[in-house]
Amino acid sequence: MNGFVYLTDVVTLELDAAKCNGCRMCVVVCPHNVFGIEAKKAVILHRDFCMECGACAKNCSEGAITVKSGVGCAAGIINGLLRGTEPTCDCGEGSNCC
Amino acid sequence: MTQVGAIPYVATRWDFYDRWGAVKVRWSLGRFKYRVTPGIYAVGNPGRDSLVFVTGNYKLSFDHLRRALKGIDGWILVIETKGINVWCAAGKGTFGTKEVVRRIRIHHLDQLVDHRKIILPQLSAPGVAAHDVKKMTGFTVIYGPVLAEDIRAFLNAGLKATDDMRKITFPFVERLKLIPVDLFYGKYYLLIVPIVFLILSGFNRSGYSLDLVFDNAGKTTVNLFSGYLAGCVLTPAILPWIPFRRFSAKGLVTGWLVAILLLFAGTLGLTLIENISWFLMIGGLSSFMAMNFTGSSTFTSLSGVQKEMKTALPLQIVMAALGIIGWIISRFL
Ligand code: SF4
Ligand code: SF4
Repeated sequence: MNGFVYLTDVVTLELDAAKCNGCRMCVVVCPHNVFGIEAKKAVILHRDFCMECGACAKNCSEGAITVKSGVGCAAGIINGLLRGTEPTCDCGEGSNCC
Repeated sequence: MTQVGAIPYVATRWDFYDRWGAVKVRWSLGRFKYRVTPGIYAVGNPGRDSLVFVTGNYKLSFDHLRRALKGIDGWILVIETKGINVWCAAGKGTFGTKEVVRRIRIHHLDQLVDHRKIILPQLSAPGVAAHDVKKMTGFTVIYGPVLAEDIRAFLNAGLKATDDMRKITFPFVERLKLIPVDLFYGKYYLLIVPIVFLILSGFNRSGYSLDLVFDNAGKTTVNLFSGYLAGCVLTPAILPWIPFRRFSAKGLVTGWLVAILLLFAGTLGLTLIENISWFLMIGGLSSFMAMNFTGSSTFTSLSGVQKEMKTALPLQIVMAALGIIGWIISRFL
């Protein structure tokens, strides 16, 4: 959503254009229109819109994208801190957080 | 009967129980099982060329899908996501390549239909690698729209989602719907904290007075709940209009706005130190609750929230602690 930008310059998204084959998959799966295609290569258009969901990296068959993905959720991070693990939203069975 | 055996048929209209169920889930009423048995379901009168829609076994996801498919003949393949919604399940990997591949195999999708296409909700993309599914099963993954209600438009456009259909938006109504999830975040603390405050409010210079407890009961409860609600109801509702990008800062703003109202309403304190203490406590509480809404929002990144929390959490704790100490001291002044 264009109206919402969270903090700027924190996102871990990286694109290695040399590996890109221009398949457009990253454009299709990104829920925040971060990517575009220029001259048959992917480009990052709106870096600060990225919410680090990891969909682009997961679906890039060429491994051209890296991003440290995880839940952008304070409760999850606190959970992780308390248990000494990575951030984890406690969406156990029957609960419906996120 | 089909080649792969009997397949249950599902309705595309919601009945009363579906609606009531949706309300119960949003408000976390009861801890009953709210899931669909994984497997293949028929919608309308599907055949060997009909499209296959994949979803998780969280009943709300399934219900939204079957309602959106009204008037369409198709198959629904429900995979096991442990009753968790698509987005969360994909983030955790439960809605992932492995489970999709496994379900395609155990339900013999290749014998049910002649084509080799499956339609997945776009929000499952963080968990599913389309190229790997293709490699392992021969089925091509097509990501559908974010919202089930756009499915018809997606089908009419020849299985193409427009830019708008692919974007997660976060409109007012959606934010309001997510509030109940946060509202019960504190659960038991919602009761315990006010009670502790009540017990403490009896102390004064001359010992302990039950009259004081009764005098203060209404005020402390109103103040505490106001701070809580400022953070987890008011802040999400008016999110875009509050200055600052950090949720904790937004929560502080609304918390203090509410505190100013309470000051005029006369529920805060009698002394300056008590008033300041309430501002600290309400501000800290509201800020903390607002920060928790990052989990429900659809545009916050992990790196961003981590960065925000690094400064916000200590500040919130210090504010609340100073507030509580100040408030206790004010009992004895
Ligand atoms: S998914 Fe990968 S290969 Fe395809 S366009 Fe994007 S970066 Fe390039
Ligand atoms: S991580 Fe998610 S939000 Fe960020 S660019 Fe990739 S698909 Fe888009």
